[in-house]
Amino acid sequence: MATLKELAQQGEKFLSGHRACAGCGATIVARQVLLAARYPVVVGAATGCLEVVSTIFPYSAWKTPYIHSAFENVAATMAGVEAAYNALKRKGKITKEMRFIAFGGDGGTYDIGLQALSGMLERRHRVLYICYNNEAYMNTGIQRSSATPYGAHTTTSPAGTVIPGKLQPRKNLTEIVIAHEPAYAAQATIGYWNDLVTKVRKALDAEGPSFINIFSPCRLGWAYPPEKTVAITRLAVETCIWPLYEYEKGKYRITVKPKEKKPIEEFLKFQGRFAHLFKLKDQTPIKEFQSEVDRIWERLQKRCAE
Amino acid sequence: MIVARTGNEAMAEAMRQINPDVVAAYPITPATEIVQHFASYVADGLVTTEYVPAESEHSALSACIGAAAAGARVMTATAAQGLALMHEMLFIASGMRLPIVLCLVNRALSSPINIHCDHSDSLASRDSGWLQIFTENPQEAYDTTIMAVKIAEEILLPVMVTTDGFIISHGMERVELIDDDKVPEWLGERKAPYTLLDVDNPITIGMLDLQDYYFEHKRQEIEAMNNALPVIEKVQKDFGDTFGRYYPIVDEYRMEDAEVAVLVMGSTGGTGKVAVDRMRKKGKKVGLVRCRVYRPFPRERMLKAITKVKVLGIMDRADTLSTLGGHLYNDCRSILYESEARPLLKNYIYGLGGRDISIEEIETVFEQLLEIKERGRVDKEIVYYGVRGE
Repeated sequence: MATLKELAQQGEKFLSGHRACAGCGATIVARQVLLAARYPVVVGAATGCLEVVSTIFPYSAWKTPYIHSAFENVAATMAGVEAAYNALKRKGKITKEMRFIAFGGDGGTYDIGLQALSGMLERRHRVLYICYNNEAYMNTGIQRSSATPYGAHTTTSPAGTVIPGKLQPRKNLTEIVIAHEPAYAAQATIGYWNDLVTKVRKALDAEGPSFINIFSPCRLGWAYPPEKTVAITRLAVETCIWPLYEYEKGKYRITVKPKEKKPIEEFLKFQGRFAHLFKLKDQTPIKEFQSEVDRIWERLQKRCAE
Repeated sequence: MIVARTGNEAMAEAMRQINPDVVAAYPITPATEIVQHFASYVADGLVTTEYVPAESEHSALSACIGAAAAGARVMTATAAQGLALMHEMLFIASGMRLPIVLCLVNRALSSPINIHCDHSDSLASRDSGWLQIFTENPQEAYDTTIMAVKIAEEILLPVMVTTDGFIISHGMERVELIDDDKVPEWLGERKAPYTLLDVDNPITIGMLDLQDYYFEHKRQEIEAMNNALPVIEKVQKDFGDTFGRYYPIVDEYRMEDAEVAVLVMGSTGGTGKVAVDRMRKKGKKVGLVRCRVYRPFPRERMLKAITKVKVLGIMDRADTLSTLGGHLYNDCRSILYESEARPLLKNYIYGLGGRDISIEEIETVFEQLLEIKERGRVDKEIVYYGVRGE
């Protein structure tokens, strides 16, 4: 367990002065992940909000080595960095212990970067891949991704008079990653900072590829007041929309169990992206969303009991 | 040591002797063998390279970029669709000024799908900020692969070394190998000015570079390309002085008193030289110019070579699909604009998709060029040579 005092004494590696929106979840993810790292780290980022707001030349928010090359390939780019480290360490040109962290948004991870991520996991590169998951392409102006939940309004899954937002449920990327048998995988979110920090530390100590899918609200794309960012992540966990769990050595474990499982409306009602669902005469979409959440939550509990 | 090697084997031997820190690659015909041979060197402990068998060419070059930015000496190999899939990353490698060496086995781009040689793949990447060196035979492919490492690391731009698919890549020839220990000794170690692994001096690479800086950074890259030719020349001379094999930027064959000539790239250099010899035996004053270094384009040397003749047949193994003919033809027309001496030009687009070009066919080209010289004019500037229906 990390303490706030301990984290406060750790030097910041993701600095203020970047250009993220007020209430941005992604930058809180970057800060918490880097505070958790007890090793020197080399960071890579996929094209996306985090990259754009943190590295506008000549300013960089990263007080640790950082590379961005393209959108779909942060896993491959960091696999290359790790390969170079292994080679140069073997040749005695590098002696320091260090770790490698890739940051990608859900677009860069669930969609366009899925192949590179799969390759990185299968080749067992010792890289921690962090997906800061804000459930849509926010950098280009809120377009649907395969992480966008059922019913959500985005500019490419708009809530129209006939179609009520996105018609398909989210892809379950964490399970796709787990199918690769990584050294460590987890879901986390910034509202549970201690859980997140613990998971990052476990992932960085795991001998092999690791992945953490971090639920990361976007106040612009989700349409809520910026001060609600942390509260929304707590509601996501309490409604089981975003279960906090980990996968380690073949075992599933729920790391934060909600005291009482709240109905998903508690989570949906704060966000403009779901506002249209409440105006519908027919409440089937919300019911379908709820049954999808229930089904996945029950399946997860079964897996944890195995 | 004198051995018999195919182009692919020769390039793989060069990679073994270079012993790069990282090789990331993906199989594709006809370049697969390079990767296969290299994988066996890794498996047999003949190299200390970290080998990344990537899940696509896009990821292969992305891994090369990450590794090169981390200070490693990095190589890869590909062809055609593989290079096309790398296209996005080619510009990022050069824009980041990373000295990656890529062994490219030239193959026709789809569609229609084809696995044989033409130059459409590398020429579609000509504006990506990579140096491109086209080789004529396995020996040259081997030597140039070794030289490319030094050239790339001095200029800080990536280098593509090409062989003609199947014609060179699978054609076995006599190759003189350098002793294993001499190659790393000549190359020395890569000394990267900044690296990602220097965690005490953190750098940010690949920043968002907007209206107020992008142009300056791009201008520096252009300047690096502008300054590349003397570096290539210096490395080629140093290589020759050390190992006894000298290479030109622009290869001239029997051009001293030639009245007409062909301009070619790649393996057609070898075929064409035989055609020149045959024509010379018949008393015809013909010559051949081979563009070895294609990017940067060797403007002065090329002008010096091609303005020696009255008629030049420019043989392009790709078309720009622009109505303007082939790539070399366009480059040469461009450099001749200010030139006082201007040969008559005829563009022969030939050999697409591996269509063979024979010695006899090149002799026919020479006959046509000699006729043009007599007539003093070109009737049809761009012709498609060796294709049905022309």
